[in-house]
Amino acid sequence: MSASLHLPAALRPSAGGEAVLPLSAPTLGVALDELGTTHPQLARRIRDEQGRVRRHIRIYVEDTDIAQLGGLETRLDRGVRVYVIPAVSGG
Amino acid sequence: MAESVLLIGTSKGVMVGHSDQHRRSWDLRPLELMMSEVYGVGIDLRRPVPRLFAGATSEHWGPSLFHSDDLGRTWKEPEAAPVAFPKETGTSLIRVWQVQPATDKEPDVVYAGVEPHALFRSEDGGETFSLVEGLYNHPHRAEWVPGGGGACLHTVVPHPDDPERMLVALSAGGVYRTEDGGKSWEAANQGIQSYWMPEEQRFPEFGQCVHKLGMHPSRPERLLAQNHFGVYRSDDYGHSWQAIEAGLPSNFGFTVLVHPHQPDTAFLFPLQADVERMPPDRRCRVYRTRDGGDSWEPLSNGLPQSGYHAVVLRDGFSADSGEPAGLYFGTRDGEVYQSLNDGDSWDLVASHLPPVLTVRAAYLA
Repeated sequence: MSASLHLPAALRPSAGGEAVLPLSAPTLGVALDELGTTHPQLARRIRDEQGRVRRHIRIYVEDTDIAQLGGLETRLDRGVRVYVIPAVSGG
Repeated sequence: MAESVLLIGTSKGVMVGHSDQHRRSWDLRPLELMMSEVYGVGIDLRRPVPRLFAGATSEHWGPSLFHSDDLGRTWKEPEAAPVAFPKETGTSLIRVWQVQPATDKEPDVVYAGVEPHALFRSEDGGETFSLVEGLYNHPHRAEWVPGGGGACLHTVVPHPDDPERMLVALSAGGVYRTEDGGKSWEAANQGIQSYWMPEEQRFPEFGQCVHKLGMHPSRPERLLAQNHFGVYRSDDYGHSWQAIEAGLPSNFGFTVLVHPHQPDTAFLFPLQADVERMPPDRRCRVYRTRDGGDSWEPLSNGLPQSGYHAVVLRDGFSADSGEPAGLYFGTRDGEVYQSLNDGDSWDLVASHLPPVLTVRAAYLA
């Protein structure tokens, strides 16, 4: 089974209504690059045009923030779940 | 029957209003593009059905440029990023501040002024844009600094008769002019003061904090500018500027609007100072000139005249082309006022909105 990308409700309209998309790349960065081809609107919600993850988003692989892993170089083993988490911010 | 459209960009989305040719009442639609800051809106009247634009930035999901081809009933966003910096710049778009259709001579050209300081050009009606590299690579760029609102290119003024000529204004860099379709740009700030500089350096070539430019298409050589302290006029397409402040209570403010039918008539919304961004005497007053800025008079009929603290931002004042012209301004305390008699009196169109950042209006014959 490939890895999977789990989306918050706000991003699902940019994924054709899907809550989960399959990922089949070796690393998170490559997976998001591929997303830029298959789902460009969704991809730019997550990262800016220079490939930087937007500042009020956190990405977790299973239960760990990628900041504590390898960032965009984090390897995606078969079956792992990747979560896009919008920060709770503002007031 | 004619229809009128009012486009209101707020800090929490965009609101569209519809009215008839009389514009006596407005049907205001619910806020769209919810929880996005809409700094730049535009209306392209050159299409069979005018295209509306909204430059919207979500704190979470980033900036984009939406458009509507049904007068704001639905909004669309291209699948690919409509405005994005090329990879090699290493720069990322923060927000779209200005959406400005070009003239009838270039019916599919639309410009976008953005933060960080840059100009983009679309040749497909505003669906995809390319960086205007002549300005982005300007040698002054490294010395442009952010104004209080950000490092924004907030004003685009295409020449009504010559597509090769155009002015832009940016905070804080000043006014720049191209005469070759955007390939090269020269600073156009002679006579405009940077009051915060040491006395002997107060008239630099560039770096001024211009807040807005105004031009009437029948007199493109004449420009009006509201600066961060200073109201100016140029009669030679920005080659030189003179202060025009007689009769104003303050020379600080953000916006300037030239009347759509009367090139000598223009409007300001003065504020006390940068350290006191409130109307003088806490009275909501528009100031009008009928002589190209040689003199100004206050207009207050229908506007709150005590305890008033709100601000009209640089794109918060607009007009339609109806007869009479409709004038509209929106405030940071969420109100929109309208005048149908050149500012002699004003009526409240909308209240209790999120802070209003920008307003555009169109009269559709």
